[in-house]
Amino acid sequence: MPTSTMPAPECLLSVEGVCKRFGGLAALEDVTLSVNEGEIFGLIGPNGAGKTTLFNCMTGLYSVTSGAVRLAGEAVQNRKPHEVVKRGFARTFQNIRLFANMTALENVMVGRHVRSHATVIGAILRCRRTREEETAIRARAHELMEYVGLGHKVRALAGHLAYGEQRRLEIARALATNPKLLALDEPVAGMNPAERQQMADLFRRLREDGRTLLLIEHDVKLVMGLCDRVAVLDYGRKIAEGAPAEVRKDPAVIAAYLGGAT
Amino acid sequence: MAWLRARPRLALLLLAALLIALPFLVGAGLGRSWVRVLDFVLIYALLAIGLNIVVGYAGLLDLGYIAFYALGAYLYAWLASPHFGLHLPFWAVLPLGAALAGLFGVLLGAPTLRLRGDYLAIVTLGFGEIIRIFMNNLNAPFNLTNGPQGMNLIDPVSVGGLAFEGQRQFLGLTVTGLHLYYYLFLAFTLLAIGVAMRLQDSRIGRAWAALREDEVAAAAMGINTRNVKLLAFAMGAMFGGLAGGLFAAFQGFISPESFNLWESILVLCMIVLGGMGNIPGVILGAVLLTVIPEALRYLGDLQRATLGHVAVDPSDLRMLLFGLSLVAMMLWRPAGLWPSRQRKREFASEDEHADLYDARA
Ligand SMILES: Nc1ncnc2c1ncn2[C@@H]1O[C@H](COP(=O)(O)OP(=O)(O)OP(=O)(O)O)[C@@H](O)[C@H]1O
Ligand SMILES: [Mg+2]
Repeated sequence: MPTSTMPAPECLLSVEGVCKRFGGLAALEDVTLSVNEGEIFGLIGPNGAGKTTLFNCMTGLYSVTSGAVRLAGEAVQNRKPHEVVKRGFARTFQNIRLFANMTALENVMVGRHVRSHATVIGAILRCRRTREEETAIRARAHELMEYVGLGHKVRALAGHLAYGEQRRLEIARALATNPKLLALDEPVAGMNPAERQQMADLFRRLREDGRTLLLIEHDVKLVMGLCDRVAVLDYGRKIAEGAPAEVRKDPAVIAAYLGGAT
Repeated sequence: MAWLRARPRLALLLLAALLIALPFLVGAGLGRSWVRVLDFVLIYALLAIGLNIVVGYAGLLDLGYIAFYALGAYLYAWLASPHFGLHLPFWAVLPLGAALAGLFGVLLGAPTLRLRGDYLAIVTLGFGEIIRIFMNNLNAPFNLTNGPQGMNLIDPVSVGGLAFEGQRQFLGLTVTGLHLYYYLFLAFTLLAIGVAMRLQDSRIGRAWAALREDEVAAAAMGINTRNVKLLAFAMGAMFGGLAGGLFAAFQGFISPESFNLWESILVLCMIVLGGMGNIPGVILGAVLLTVIPEALRYLGDLQRATLGHVAVDPSDLRMLLFGLSLVAMMLWRPAGLWPSRQRKREFASEDEHADLYDARA
């Protein structure tokens, strides 16, 4: 699905010259890229290239050493994670981080926190507004569980779900925050081909429903088939960005992947 | 029991009747001193419910909780005793005590936001001791707390001219101050239970649970972890301050001795023993850890009667049994005597209870 069919794509996320250092290690060096509204943007690169670090810098878990991250024009770098979420940017984690001892549904309900308002007083008095809000939170959480295909697991404990289900649950939880941009860190890692295909379908459905997806993925075939555009990181630098077919032929990219192996 | 379970309304009615009659039953059966124990059970229940918000709900290990109890008690003494010549009514002082404790809860919470687990425990422990030491030493140059002697002649609670002291006849029953305090404490405990349960089952309670489970993920899901933590500290502290005020009025006398580290640990043990995060469990813990030590006092009399002398000091025995029961519990019921379903799941091995969780919607 080429983006050229859409009227002038609008830039939703722009990363401008982001650097991140850990002591002497430059995990990100002058990374610049932009994600357009409504696309699936792939972020690929060898192990340790800095993909997860970039996610962390964008979502407020890490501060950036320099550079800017703009979400719909507004600078979000070095903000608190919850402020980034509030502006419509949610994520999942490479090493799944669910609230393992809460039920699947409760996990998703936590995601609604940022879109609900009940205060301590409201919660204690349980006034009508609080009750209505609570009902709405629950209903939305059920809806999202269905959406990601976990409708039958709402009462299961998150930590006891199968691996693939946990990945889906993390997506549902992130969706509960109503993100414009959803960043997924290796969401199909460790899945078999059939499961990967189902996940790819889910991602397409998300795009159709108007979400923008930023996807870290090692599976090149999946990325090529799914993404509208991709960027390649290597040793903290962006070495290519563009349509999957072009990037694939890029000598620097080929060198990075093959070079890592030799 | 099954037929009661099927009639929740009747069960509730029976429970209410029992709670109302309890001090008279206990007084008639075991003697007046046990009505006093009953009052302390309720004060500790209030403390345990408050600490449970911090430790059980939000997962923040607080070893200085008793400091808030102390603050509530001292504020009560300042505003309702001859010490400063102030005699404000209890309904004005108690909320002030809760508010002061809540404020200190935030003051303790703010610098410890980045600490977790052991580190947080150490800092809060220090905080508890600092407050106690302040109370111990603030008798000069300006006598604020009367130092180690403590403050006495604190006004008893009085409602509409009815002071909670002495005794009077009512419907053929002898009603003492101890009885009246029982009902007052019971009212506050029920209120605290309601508040804690509603908070737990709300957006805020879920945020606390998320914080306890994984702070990073909670933040990444849009929870303002700073606010939510401070809120837990403040809410817990308010219950502590309230309990402190009630304690001061009830005792009529307070001194720093009542607020030492052991008290903090005792309240924490009530939560752990009863079942962290679960209100009925927490109350069970408060009941057991208040009643059992009292009951053990009788062992002294028993030894005197059978052996002619006291071979084992009951208070030593108390500590021994206390330690043993905690160890036994850690081995066999690590989630507590009456855990929440969630805690039980946390401690249960997966395969053992796999069938429980595969429940369908
Ligand atoms: N908190 C940290 N402190 C120090 N170094 C870090 C930290 N986080 C990441 N790094 C380093 O930054 C580099 C990039 O790591 P990152 O996790 O971003 O790679 P990645 O592209 O996500 O790799 P993978 O495909 O294995 O997930 C690595 O060298 C890593 O060791
Ligand atoms: Mg990574």
